[in-house]
Amino acid sequence: MRRTARGIAVVATAVLALAAAACGKDTPEAPKNNPADLKADLTWWDTSDPANEGPAFKELIAKFNTTYPNVKINYQSVPFGEAQNKFKTAAAAKSGAPDILRAEVAWVPEFASLGYLYNLDGSALLADESDFFPTPMSSNKFDGKTFGVPQVTDSLALLYNKKIFTDAGIAEAPKTWADVKTAAAAIKAKTGKDGLFINPGGYFLLPFIYGEGGDLVDTAGKKIVVNSAENVAGIKVAQDLVKSGAAVKPPAADGYGTMMTLFKEQKVAMIINGPWEVNNVRSATTFGGIENLGIAPVPAGSKKAGAPVGGHNYVLYSGMSQDKAAAAVEFVKFMSSAESQAFLADKLGVLPTRKSAYEIASVKSNPIISAFGPVIATASARPWIPEGGQFFGPLDAMATETLIQGKDAKTSLDAVAQKYLNEVVKNYTLS
Amino acid sequence: MSTVTATPPTTTSPASRSHRPAKRPSWLRRSWDRHWYAWAMVAPVVVVLSVLIIYPLVRGVFLSFTNLTEANQLAEICTKSITGSESCKANPEAWHMVGFDNYVDVLSGKVGQFWQWLGVTLIWTIGCVVFHYTIGLGLAVMLNRPMWGRGVYRVLLILPWAVPAFVSAFAWKFMFNEKFGLFNALLTKVGLDPVEWFSDWKTSLLTAILTNIWLGVPFMMVALLGGMQTIPTEQYEAAEIDGASPWQRFVSITLPGLRSVSMTVILLGTIWTFNMFPVIFLVTQGQPAGQTEILVTGSFRAAFEGIRNYSLASTYGVLILSILLVFSVFYRRMLRKQGEVW
Repeated sequence: MRRTARGIAVVATAVLALAAAACGKDTPEAPKNNPADLKADLTWWDTSDPANEGPAFKELIAKFNTTYPNVKINYQSVPFGEAQNKFKTAAAAKSGAPDILRAEVAWVPEFASLGYLYNLDGSALLADESDFFPTPMSSNKFDGKTFGVPQVTDSLALLYNKKIFTDAGIAEAPKTWADVKTAAAAIKAKTGKDGLFINPGGYFLLPFIYGEGGDLVDTAGKKIVVNSAENVAGIKVAQDLVKSGAAVKPPAADGYGTMMTLFKEQKVAMIINGPWEVNNVRSATTFGGIENLGIAPVPAGSKKAGAPVGGHNYVLYSGMSQDKAAAAVEFVKFMSSAESQAFLADKLGVLPTRKSAYEIASVKSNPIISAFGPVIATASARPWIPEGGQFFGPLDAMATETLIQGKDAKTSLDAVAQKYLNEVVKNYTLS
Repeated sequence: MSTVTATPPTTTSPASRSHRPAKRPSWLRRSWDRHWYAWAMVAPVVVVLSVLIIYPLVRGVFLSFTNLTEANQLAEICTKSITGSESCKANPEAWHMVGFDNYVDVLSGKVGQFWQWLGVTLIWTIGCVVFHYTIGLGLAVMLNRPMWGRGVYRVLLILPWAVPAFVSAFAWKFMFNEKFGLFNALLTKVGLDPVEWFSDWKTSLLTAILTNIWLGVPFMMVALLGGMQTIPTEQYEAAEIDGASPWQRFVSITLPGLRSVSMTVILLGTIWTFNMFPVIFLVTQGQPAGQTEILVTGSFRAAFEGIRNYSLASTYGVLILSILLVFSVFYRRMLRKQGEVW
């Protein structure tokens, strides 16, 4: 089996090398190959919301097919929550996995470590790698190789209610957590509403940790630094916001849903959340439209303002036969092009991952996208290791303990560090 | 599968019986000669059971002595390049046998919170089963006599059973919502402070137990009602003539008459509640901070979040099985002591 694959591989290498050479000359269509000659049946698992986002992706596929009429894209919508396990199961069984997958950023190192993904180094997809923002791009790297290209990116930002800010006499969005505290006090005094809601989840506390210059692990030094003094200070800032009443005391169950309901019903002025909720807020009848929504970078701690990067990447399943590779590369190249990204930004309000996409007029004039521009530019990379997904379970427990049960931040973070050592990154050392 | 049943007759030809050797054949041999048709009939069941139950069980026990995870299941990991090359390297951490390490890790509390989860599981199981049984019995007694609208009551009381567990779990979870839920709205209406249900493990577990009581009472009620209807009415009539009070009749006739049904449903209820995954998983989600996790939900999270840990999952599975096995054995012994044929 591997021998025949190698045979095909040699042929395909030659074809691809020619294609890459042709593409390198800045000609949009490879002159040697007629796009209509490219024939393949490709399956794509899309994990976006099928009702809100799916139609836009289908439109893009139709556009792709005007250039490549003989590449049939078999679009399958797979619920985001199931896709990771479904893909792993299918890939391990070597049957039923899609050729192309929209993978969340943290999944890529995990899939790559298991050998489930094509290494894309040397393909046309990475010819203009420098056009992608480095932080979203970094999530595709594993073991020095590149396994995907970014589709959309996101990060956390401070979303606020402009009307409540005006009522409370606040001129501009707070820049630090201390500003947030004073703003919340003013809002409470003048409007009787609550200032801030912090979702008690590990991911949503990362801005507090990054704000003090902390991180979860040091991947280069193979060290667990989640219980560092910086992180303790950061969590204490969040605890203080809740204790002082600047932030609502969140419920332990369904904190996220509660946060969104309170924000949409204008009962809380500020939340920390990402661009994926912009459409939700826009369509909420109680909120007063998109004009009422203010977006600012997350407030800074004592060192800097930092929010974790999120988003999705396109990856190719390594079980796909090599003769489909050329078509798959063309498809992903089309989907991740600046024009396609601008189209998606227009339609869905999701954030492009290419610098050049932000130069396109429709993106430039989009107020939401441009408001998120600085957020993306400063987003911090998460530790891109296969175990990355397992960091958040213990961190979620820590968030509940510190914000809701009022446990000591240091004790709680020490327990997280011990858990990381025993269960997640066993070959690391405690700092 | 029919071939399996077809082979035995040919091997035991009547000839072998006529040339009986001087030595007495073994017990197994005689049993085979006499009852080969019974063995043949049992064979398909044995095959199906081995495939469906015995093999997975043995495999599970085997895995619990390894360190197999999703990441180390392959002996070599191959990375295919889109440009056509493929590089394979031996997996430096390929899985291997680790003896009892998994059990030591789990039982010593190094990995997960086994003892905490076990404690919560016991509170959860005992709490649920006690209320299931007593409420179910009370309702069954009430419905076991002629009264107006009995049919309607029975249907209404069985309703929770007919609703899929996850639907009820979501409904109850929403009723306990701290900001928008029904219970806190009622509490504020009568002038009490709203309760932060999920901030403390005791109230959080209470929400799950209440949900599960609601879900589990109908089964007990129906089973006990069925049991009551097998008790001959003559006994009640005789007791009444002898001047027994209703309470005496309940204690001396109904309860003994229900014993065999009760013992069975309590055993079933205990095993089901012990392993009741959806209610905890959906209603409390282990909140606050994993403190209301029971064994099955805790081990699910430990083994299937992120890179799936097959060996750890098997270890938990074997431990849970052992606990329930020990319980069942003691329970049966207790029943036998009381003279029940079971």
